[in-house]
Amino acid sequence: MNAQRHFQIQVTNRQQAFSVPEGELLLHAMEKACQQAIQVGCRGGGCGLCKIKVLEGAFHTKRMSKAHIKEHEAEAGFALACRVFPESDLVIESDHFNDLSTQQTA
Amino acid sequence: MKKGVMRPGHVQIRVLDLEEARKHYVDLLGLIEMDSDDQGRVYLKAWTEVDKYSVILKEADEPGMDFMAFKCLNEAVLDSLAEEIRALGMTVTELPAGDLKDCGRRMQFVVPTGHTFELFATKEQTGKWGINNVNPEAWPRGLKGMQATRFDHCLMYGDDLEGNLTLFRDVLGFDLSEQVIDPEGNRIALFLTASMKAHDVAFIKHPEKNKFHHASFYLDTWQDVLKAADLISMTDTSIDIGPTRHGLTHGQTIYFFDPSGNRNEVFAGGDYHYPDHETVTWKAEQLGKAIFYHDRQLNERFLTALT
Ligand code: FES
Ligand SMILES: [Fe+2]
Repeated sequence: MNAQRHFQIQVTNRQQAFSVPEGELLLHAMEKACQQAIQVGCRGGGCGLCKIKVLEGAFHTKRMSKAHIKEHEAEAGFALACRVFPESDLVIESDHFNDLSTQQTA
Repeated sequence: MKKGVMRPGHVQIRVLDLEEARKHYVDLLGLIEMDSDDQGRVYLKAWTEVDKYSVILKEADEPGMDFMAFKCLNEAVLDSLAEEIRALGMTVTELPAGDLKDCGRRMQFVVPTGHTFELFATKEQTGKWGINNVNPEAWPRGLKGMQATRFDHCLMYGDDLEGNLTLFRDVLGFDLSEQVIDPEGNRIALFLTASMKAHDVAFIKHPEKNKFHHASFYLDTWQDVLKAADLISMTDTSIDIGPTRHGLTHGQTIYFFDPSGNRNEVFAGGDYHYPDHETVTWKAEQLGKAIFYHDRQLNERFLTALT
Protein backbone atom coordinates (compact mmCIF):
# COMPACT_ATOMS: atom_id res chain seq x y z
CA MET A 1 0.00 0.00 0.00
CA ASN A 2 1.22 3.43 -0.93
CA ALA A 3 0.43 5.99 1.71
CA GLN A 4 0.01 9.35 -0.01
CA ARG A 5 2.44 12.03 1.12
CA HIS A 6 0.99 15.18 2.65
CA PHE A 7 2.69 18.55 2.99
CA GLN A 8 1.96 20.96 5.85
CA ILE A 9 1.21 24.54 4.80
CA GLN A 10 1.65 27.26 7.39
CA VAL A 11 0.02 30.60 6.59
CA THR A 12 1.91 32.99 8.84
CA ASN A 13 -0.16 36.15 8.42
CA ARG A 14 -3.39 34.26 9.21
CA GLN A 15 -1.92 31.89 11.80
CA GLN A 16 -3.57 28.96 10.04
CA ALA A 17 -2.29 25.64 8.80
CA PHE A 18 -3.61 22.86 6.58
CA SER A 19 -2.22 19.95 4.66
CA VAL A 20 -2.00 19.32 0.91
CA PRO A 21 -1.75 15.82 -0.56
CA GLU A 22 1.18 15.42 -2.95
CA GLY A 23 0.18 16.26 -6.53
CA GLU A 24 -2.68 18.55 -5.51
CA LEU A 25 -2.95 22.27 -6.06
CA LEU A 26 -2.48 24.33 -2.92
CA LEU A 27 -5.67 26.40 -3.16
CA HIS A 28 -7.79 23.42 -4.17
CA ALA A 29 -6.61 21.46 -1.14
CA MET A 30 -7.28 24.44 1.14
CA GLU A 31 -10.86 24.68 -0.09
CA LYS A 32 -11.39 20.94 0.33
CA ALA A 33 -10.14 21.28 3.93
CA CYS A 34 -12.76 24.05 4.45
CA GLN A 35 -10.03 26.51 5.38
CA GLN A 36 -10.06 30.21 4.56
CA ALA A 37 -6.44 31.21 4.76
CA ILE A 38 -6.08 32.46 1.17
CA GLN A 39 -8.57 34.46 -0.92
CA VAL A 40 -10.25 32.39 -3.63
CA GLY A 41 -11.09 33.87 -7.01
CA CYS A 42 -10.98 32.22 -10.42
CA ARG A 43 -8.86 29.18 -9.41
CA GLY A 44 -7.20 29.39 -12.83
CA GLY A 45 -4.19 31.65 -12.46
CA GLY A 46 -5.92 34.63 -14.01
CA CYS A 47 -7.32 37.01 -11.38
CA GLY A 48 -4.50 37.26 -8.83
CA LEU A 49 -6.77 37.07 -5.77
CA CYS A 50 -4.91 34.06 -4.35
CA LYS A 51 -1.46 35.67 -4.59
CA ILE A 52 0.92 34.44 -1.89
CA LYS A 53 4.58 34.72 -0.98
CA VAL A 54 6.37 31.48 -0.27
CA LEU A 55 8.84 32.09 2.55
CA GLU A 56 10.15 28.54 2.94
CA GLY A 57 9.87 25.29 1.03
CA ALA A 58 9.89 23.86 -2.50
CA PHE A 59 7.12 23.97 -5.07
CA HIS A 60 6.45 24.16 -8.78
CA THR A 61 3.65 25.98 -10.60
CA LYS A 62 1.45 25.84 -13.66
CA ARG A 63 1.51 28.91 -15.91
CA MET A 64 0.37 32.07 -14.06
CA SER A 65 -0.90 35.40 -15.41
CA LYS A 66 2.03 37.77 -16.04
CA ALA A 67 -0.28 40.59 -14.99
CA HIS A 68 -0.10 39.30 -11.40
CA ILE A 69 3.25 37.52 -11.19
CA LYS A 70 6.01 39.42 -12.93
CA GLU A 71 9.31 37.63 -13.47
CA HIS A 72 11.09 39.34 -10.59
CA GLU A 73 8.16 38.51 -8.30
CA ALA A 74 8.34 34.82 -9.23
CA GLU A 75 12.05 34.93 -8.37
CA ALA A 76 11.19 36.51 -5.01
CA GLY A 77 8.83 33.64 -4.17
CA PHE A 78 5.49 35.16 -5.16
CA ALA A 79 2.99 32.79 -6.73
CA LEU A 80 -0.71 32.22 -7.33
CA ALA A 81 -1.84 29.56 -4.86
CA CYS A 82 -4.32 28.08 -7.35
CA ARG A 83 -1.36 27.15 -9.61
CA VAL A 84 1.07 25.93 -6.92
CA PHE A 85 2.00 22.28 -6.40
CA PRO A 86 3.89 21.99 -3.09
CA GLU A 87 6.93 19.72 -3.12
CA SER A 88 7.67 20.02 0.61
CA ASP A 89 6.15 21.61 3.68
CA LEU A 90 5.68 25.33 3.00
CA VAL A 91 5.62 28.51 5.04
CA ILE A 92 3.61 31.12 3.16
CA GLU A 93 2.10 34.57 3.48
CA SER A 94 -1.31 35.24 1.86
CA ASP A 95 -3.21 38.45 1.03
CA HIS A 96 -0.80 39.81 -1.57
CA PHE A 97 -3.57 40.60 -4.14
CA ASN A 98 -2.87 43.99 -5.77
CA ASP A 99 0.03 44.49 -3.37
CA LEU A 100 1.64 47.26 -5.41
CA SER A 101 4.88 47.22 -3.41
CA THR A 102 5.79 43.86 -4.96
CA GLN A 103 5.08 44.91 -8.54
CA GLN A 104 7.84 47.47 -9.00
CA THR A 105 10.80 46.21 -10.92
CA ALA A 106 13.87 45.70 -8.78
CA MET B 1 -31.59 55.24 -32.79
CA LYS B 2 -30.38 52.30 -34.85
CA LYS B 3 -27.21 53.05 -36.77
CA GLY B 4 -26.62 49.68 -38.42
CA VAL B 5 -24.90 47.79 -35.60
CA MET B 6 -26.59 44.39 -35.60
CA ARG B 7 -25.29 41.98 -32.97
CA PRO B 8 -22.26 40.71 -31.06
CA GLY B 9 -20.05 39.12 -33.71
CA HIS B 10 -17.10 37.65 -31.85
CA VAL B 11 -14.84 37.84 -28.83
CA GLN B 12 -11.14 36.95 -28.71
CA ILE B 13 -10.19 35.45 -25.33
CA ARG B 14 -6.61 34.96 -24.12
CA VAL B 15 -5.88 31.70 -22.32
CA LEU B 16 -2.84 30.28 -20.53
CA ASP B 17 -3.16 26.80 -22.03
CA LEU B 18 -4.88 26.31 -25.36
CA GLU B 19 -5.56 22.57 -24.91
CA GLU B 20 -7.23 23.07 -21.52
CA ALA B 21 -9.26 25.95 -22.95
CA ARG B 22 -10.32 23.96 -25.99
CA LYS B 23 -11.57 21.16 -23.73
CA HIS B 24 -13.50 23.67 -21.62
CA TYR B 25 -15.15 25.61 -24.42
CA VAL B 26 -15.84 22.58 -26.64
CA ASP B 27 -16.52 19.69 -24.25
CA LEU B 28 -18.13 21.65 -21.40
CA LEU B 29 -19.82 24.67 -23.02
CA GLY B 30 -20.60 22.73 -26.18
CA LEU B 31 -19.12 25.16 -28.69
CA ILE B 32 -18.05 23.71 -32.01
CA GLU B 33 -14.48 23.95 -33.27
CA MET B 34 -14.57 25.46 -36.76
CA ASP B 35 -11.03 26.39 -37.68
CA SER B 36 -7.57 27.47 -36.52
CA ASP B 37 -4.92 29.76 -38.00
CA ASP B 38 -1.16 30.10 -38.33
CA GLN B 39 -1.05 32.26 -35.20
CA GLY B 40 -2.35 29.22 -33.31
CA ARG B 41 -5.76 30.76 -32.70
CA VAL B 42 -8.77 28.45 -32.46
CA TYR B 43 -12.16 29.52 -33.89
CA LEU B 44 -15.37 28.29 -32.26
CA LYS B 45 -19.09 28.80 -32.70
CA ALA B 46 -22.32 28.02 -30.90
CA TRP B 47 -24.67 25.86 -32.90
CA THR B 48 -27.51 28.32 -33.68
CA GLU B 49 -25.17 30.97 -35.06
CA VAL B 50 -25.14 31.42 -38.83
CA ASP B 51 -21.67 32.99 -39.06
CA LYS B 52 -18.66 30.71 -39.12
CA TYR B 53 -17.41 31.57 -35.62
CA SER B 54 -17.99 33.79 -32.59
CA VAL B 55 -15.27 32.85 -30.09
CA ILE B 56 -11.55 32.97 -30.81
CA LEU B 57 -9.10 31.47 -28.30
CA LYS B 58 -5.51 32.61 -28.22
CA GLU B 59 -2.73 31.37 -25.97
CA ALA B 60 -0.96 34.16 -24.07
CA ASP B 61 0.90 35.01 -20.85
CA GLU B 62 -2.00 36.94 -19.41
CA PRO B 63 -5.65 35.80 -19.56
CA GLY B 64 -8.37 38.31 -20.48
CA MET B 65 -10.12 39.70 -23.53
CA ASP B 66 -8.27 40.99 -26.60
CA PHE B 67 -11.36 42.46 -28.27
CA MET B 68 -15.10 42.14 -28.78
CA ALA B 69 -16.68 42.81 -32.18
CA PHE B 70 -20.12 43.77 -33.40
CA LYS B 71 -21.43 42.79 -36.80
CA CYS B 72 -22.95 45.64 -38.82
CA LEU B 73 -25.57 45.58 -41.58
CA ASN B 74 -23.18 46.28 -44.46
CA GLU B 75 -19.76 47.62 -45.44
CA ALA B 76 -21.04 51.18 -45.91
CA VAL B 77 -22.06 51.28 -42.23
CA LEU B 78 -18.45 50.49 -41.26
CA ASP B 79 -17.12 53.56 -43.06
CA SER B 80 -19.77 55.95 -41.75
CA LEU B 81 -19.43 54.71 -38.14
CA ALA B 82 -15.62 54.84 -38.33
CA GLU B 83 -15.87 58.45 -39.43
CA GLU B 84 -18.23 59.31 -36.57
CA ILE B 85 -15.94 57.62 -34.04
CA ARG B 86 -12.96 59.58 -35.39
CA ALA B 87 -15.01 62.77 -35.04
CA LEU B 88 -15.04 62.07 -31.27
CA GLY B 89 -11.25 62.32 -31.37
CA MET B 90 -10.70 58.57 -31.14
CA THR B 91 -8.33 56.53 -33.29
CA VAL B 92 -9.85 53.89 -35.56
CA THR B 93 -7.58 51.29 -37.16
CA GLU B 94 -8.75 49.39 -40.22
CA LEU B 95 -7.61 45.76 -40.20
CA PRO B 96 -7.61 44.07 -43.61
CA ALA B 97 -9.91 41.22 -44.63
CA GLY B 98 -8.38 37.87 -43.73
CA ASP B 99 -6.57 39.10 -40.61
CA LEU B 100 -9.15 36.96 -38.84
CA LYS B 101 -9.95 33.91 -40.92
CA ASP B 102 -12.83 34.31 -43.37
CA CYS B 103 -13.74 37.71 -41.92
CA GLY B 104 -13.90 40.95 -43.89
CA ARG B 105 -12.15 44.16 -42.91
CA ARG B 106 -12.61 45.30 -39.31
CA MET B 107 -12.66 48.77 -37.80
CA GLN B 108 -10.90 48.57 -34.44
CA PHE B 109 -10.84 51.20 -31.66
CA VAL B 110 -10.19 51.51 -27.93
CA VAL B 111 -13.24 52.80 -26.02
CA PRO B 112 -12.98 55.22 -23.05
CA THR B 113 -12.91 52.35 -20.50
CA GLY B 114 -9.81 50.99 -22.25
CA HIS B 115 -11.39 47.96 -23.93
CA THR B 116 -10.78 47.19 -27.60
CA PHE B 117 -13.88 46.88 -29.79
CA GLU B 118 -14.31 46.31 -33.47
CA LEU B 119 -16.97 46.55 -36.16
CA PHE B 120 -17.20 44.29 -39.20
CA ALA B 121 -19.88 43.51 -41.76
CA THR B 122 -18.69 40.40 -43.60
CA LYS B 123 -17.87 36.91 -42.33
CA GLU B 124 -18.26 33.56 -43.99
CA GLN B 125 -21.66 32.07 -43.19
CA THR B 126 -21.66 28.35 -42.63
CA GLY B 127 -25.25 28.33 -41.33
CA LYS B 128 -26.57 26.79 -38.14
CA TRP B 129 -24.46 23.81 -37.22
CA GLY B 130 -25.96 20.43 -38.08
CA ILE B 131 -29.25 21.97 -39.25
CA ASN B 132 -30.47 22.47 -42.78
CA ASN B 133 -31.88 25.86 -43.73
CA VAL B 134 -34.74 24.19 -45.61
CA ASN B 135 -37.25 22.27 -43.49
CA PRO B 136 -34.90 22.53 -40.50
CA GLU B 137 -35.12 20.03 -37.66
CA ALA B 138 -35.47 21.37 -34.09
CA TRP B 139 -31.87 20.78 -33.05
CA PRO B 140 -28.82 18.87 -34.18
CA ARG B 141 -27.69 15.60 -32.61
CA GLY B 142 -24.19 15.32 -31.30
CA LEU B 143 -23.98 18.54 -29.27
CA LYS B 144 -21.73 18.39 -26.23
CA GLY B 145 -21.96 19.52 -22.60
CA MET B 146 -24.09 22.58 -21.92
CA GLN B 147 -25.04 22.84 -25.61
CA ALA B 148 -24.69 26.64 -25.59
CA THR B 149 -26.89 28.12 -28.31
CA ARG B 150 -25.18 31.46 -28.95
CA PHE B 151 -22.49 33.86 -27.79
CA ASP B 152 -24.73 36.49 -26.21
CA HIS B 153 -22.83 39.36 -24.55
CA CYS B 154 -19.78 40.41 -22.53
CA LEU B 155 -19.49 42.36 -19.27
CA MET B 156 -16.42 44.51 -18.77
CA TYR B 157 -15.07 46.59 -15.90
CA GLY B 158 -13.56 50.03 -16.48
CA ASP B 159 -13.41 53.64 -15.35
CA ASP B 160 -14.98 56.04 -17.85
CA LEU B 161 -18.59 54.85 -18.12
CA GLU B 162 -19.92 58.22 -19.30
CA GLY B 163 -17.42 58.19 -22.17
CA ASN B 164 -18.60 54.72 -23.15
CA LEU B 165 -22.25 55.79 -22.92
CA THR B 166 -21.67 58.67 -25.34
CA LEU B 167 -19.87 56.39 -27.76
CA PHE B 168 -22.24 53.43 -27.65
CA ARG B 169 -25.53 55.34 -27.43
CA ASP B 170 -24.92 58.49 -29.42
CA VAL B 171 -22.50 57.19 -32.06
CA LEU B 172 -23.07 53.46 -32.39
CA GLY B 173 -26.85 53.62 -31.86
CA PHE B 174 -27.18 51.35 -28.82
CA ASP B 175 -30.00 51.87 -26.30
CA LEU B 176 -29.31 52.05 -22.57
CA SER B 177 -31.69 49.30 -21.48
CA GLU B 178 -30.67 49.26 -17.80
CA GLN B 179 -28.42 51.22 -15.49
CA VAL B 180 -27.30 51.32 -11.86
CA ILE B 181 -27.14 54.74 -10.20
CA ASP B 182 -25.26 55.57 -7.00
CA PRO B 183 -26.70 57.91 -4.32
CA GLU B 184 -24.92 60.91 -5.92
CA GLY B 185 -26.62 60.15 -9.24
CA ASN B 186 -23.55 58.72 -11.00
CA ARG B 187 -23.97 55.75 -13.28
CA ILE B 188 -21.99 52.76 -11.98
CA ALA B 189 -23.32 50.17 -14.47
CA LEU B 190 -24.49 50.35 -18.09
CA PHE B 191 -26.43 47.66 -19.93
CA LEU B 192 -26.48 48.45 -23.63
CA THR B 193 -28.41 46.82 -26.47
CA ALA B 194 -28.37 47.10 -30.24
CA SER B 195 -31.27 44.69 -30.54
CA MET B 196 -34.32 43.43 -28.64
CA LYS B 197 -32.09 41.62 -26.17
CA ALA B 198 -31.75 43.03 -22.65
CA HIS B 199 -28.06 43.59 -23.31
CA ASP B 200 -25.46 43.04 -26.00
CA VAL B 201 -22.66 44.49 -23.87
CA ALA B 202 -22.44 45.81 -20.30
CA PHE B 203 -19.99 47.87 -18.26
CA ILE B 204 -19.44 48.21 -14.51
CA LYS B 205 -17.49 51.03 -12.92
CA HIS B 206 -14.06 50.08 -11.66
CA PRO B 207 -10.88 52.10 -11.05
CA GLU B 208 -8.71 50.15 -13.53
CA LYS B 209 -9.16 50.25 -17.29
CA ASN B 210 -9.65 47.29 -19.60
CA LYS B 211 -10.75 44.56 -17.21
CA PHE B 212 -12.77 41.57 -18.40
CA HIS B 213 -15.59 40.22 -16.24
CA HIS B 214 -17.33 37.57 -18.35
CA ALA B 215 -18.38 36.25 -21.73
CA SER B 216 -21.93 34.93 -21.71
CA PHE B 217 -23.72 32.24 -23.68
CA TYR B 218 -27.43 31.67 -24.06
CA LEU B 219 -29.32 28.52 -23.06
CA ASP B 220 -32.99 27.88 -23.77
CA THR B 221 -34.39 27.12 -20.32
CA TRP B 222 -33.84 27.24 -16.56
CA GLN B 223 -33.61 23.45 -16.68
CA ASP B 224 -30.65 23.84 -19.03
CA VAL B 225 -29.00 26.20 -16.50
CA LEU B 226 -29.45 23.55 -13.79
CA LYS B 227 -27.97 20.92 -16.08
CA ALA B 228 -25.04 23.26 -16.74
CA ALA B 229 -24.54 23.47 -12.96
CA ASP B 230 -24.49 19.66 -12.78
CA LEU B 231 -21.87 19.51 -15.52
CA ILE B 232 -19.74 22.11 -13.70
CA SER B 233 -19.71 19.84 -10.63
CA MET B 234 -19.15 16.65 -12.63
CA THR B 235 -16.08 18.15 -14.30
CA ASP B 236 -14.82 19.86 -11.10
CA THR B 237 -14.88 23.18 -12.98
CA SER B 238 -14.23 26.34 -10.96
CA ILE B 239 -17.61 27.76 -9.91
CA ASP B 240 -18.28 31.41 -9.09
CA ILE B 241 -21.96 31.58 -8.14
CA GLY B 242 -25.34 30.18 -9.05
CA PRO B 243 -27.64 28.88 -10.33
CA THR B 244 -29.55 32.03 -9.44
CA ARG B 245 -31.35 34.96 -11.07
CA HIS B 246 -30.10 38.44 -11.84
CA GLY B 247 -32.19 41.47 -10.84
CA LEU B 248 -30.70 43.39 -13.74
CA THR B 249 -32.26 41.92 -16.94
CA HIS B 250 -33.83 39.14 -14.77
CA GLY B 251 -31.89 36.39 -16.53
CA GLN B 252 -31.48 32.99 -14.85
CA THR B 253 -27.79 32.39 -14.61
CA ILE B 254 -24.70 30.58 -13.45
CA TYR B 255 -21.14 31.95 -13.38
CA PHE B 256 -18.01 29.81 -13.60
CA PHE B 257 -14.43 30.13 -14.79
CA ASP B 258 -12.46 28.73 -17.70
CA PRO B 259 -9.17 26.96 -16.83
CA SER B 260 -7.26 30.27 -17.20
CA GLY B 261 -9.54 32.17 -14.85
CA ASN B 262 -11.70 33.98 -17.41
CA ARG B 263 -15.27 34.09 -16.15
CA ASN B 264 -18.05 32.54 -18.25
CA GLU B 265 -21.81 32.76 -17.83
CA VAL B 266 -24.59 30.65 -19.23
CA PHE B 267 -28.09 32.01 -18.78
CA ALA B 268 -31.70 31.66 -19.88
CA GLY B 269 -34.69 33.95 -20.06
CA GLY B 270 -34.50 37.60 -19.17
CA ASP B 271 -36.21 40.79 -20.27
CA TYR B 272 -36.51 42.30 -23.74
CA HIS B 273 -36.05 45.86 -24.94
CA TYR B 274 -37.71 47.94 -27.67
CA PRO B 275 -36.36 51.37 -28.68
CA ASP B 276 -39.32 53.13 -27.02
CA HIS B 277 -38.68 51.46 -23.66
CA GLU B 278 -37.55 53.72 -20.87
CA THR B 279 -34.20 52.79 -19.27
CA VAL B 280 -34.68 50.51 -16.26
CA THR B 281 -32.88 51.85 -13.18
CA TRP B 282 -31.47 49.97 -10.21
CA LYS B 283 -30.20 51.95 -7.24
CA ALA B 284 -26.74 51.18 -5.89
CA GLU B 285 -28.27 50.76 -2.41
CA GLN B 286 -29.92 47.61 -3.86
CA LEU B 287 -26.86 46.46 -5.80
CA GLY B 288 -26.85 43.04 -4.14
CA LYS B 289 -30.40 42.35 -5.32
CA ALA B 290 -29.69 43.90 -8.72
CA ILE B 291 -26.85 41.47 -9.35
CA PHE B 292 -28.03 38.37 -7.45
CA TYR B 293 -31.79 38.57 -7.04
CA HIS B 294 -32.12 35.66 -4.62
CA ASP B 295 -29.08 36.07 -2.33
CA ARG B 296 -29.54 39.88 -2.38
CA GLN B 297 -25.87 40.32 -1.66
CA LEU B 298 -22.74 40.36 -3.76
CA ASN B 299 -20.01 37.84 -3.31
CA GLU B 300 -16.67 39.63 -3.02
CA ARG B 301 -15.42 37.68 -6.04
CA PHE B 302 -17.97 39.34 -8.36
CA LEU B 303 -16.20 42.66 -7.85
CA THR B 304 -12.57 41.53 -7.61
CA ALA B 305 -12.00 38.39 -9.71
CA LEU B 306 -11.29 39.87 -13.15
CA THR B 307 -8.89 39.11 -15.99
S1 FES C 1 -7.79 32.39 -7.68
FE1 FES C 1 -7.55 33.67 -9.46
S2 FES C 1 -5.41 33.57 -9.74
FE2 FES C 1 -5.71 32.12 -8.17
FE1 LIG D 1 -23.95 38.44 -18.17
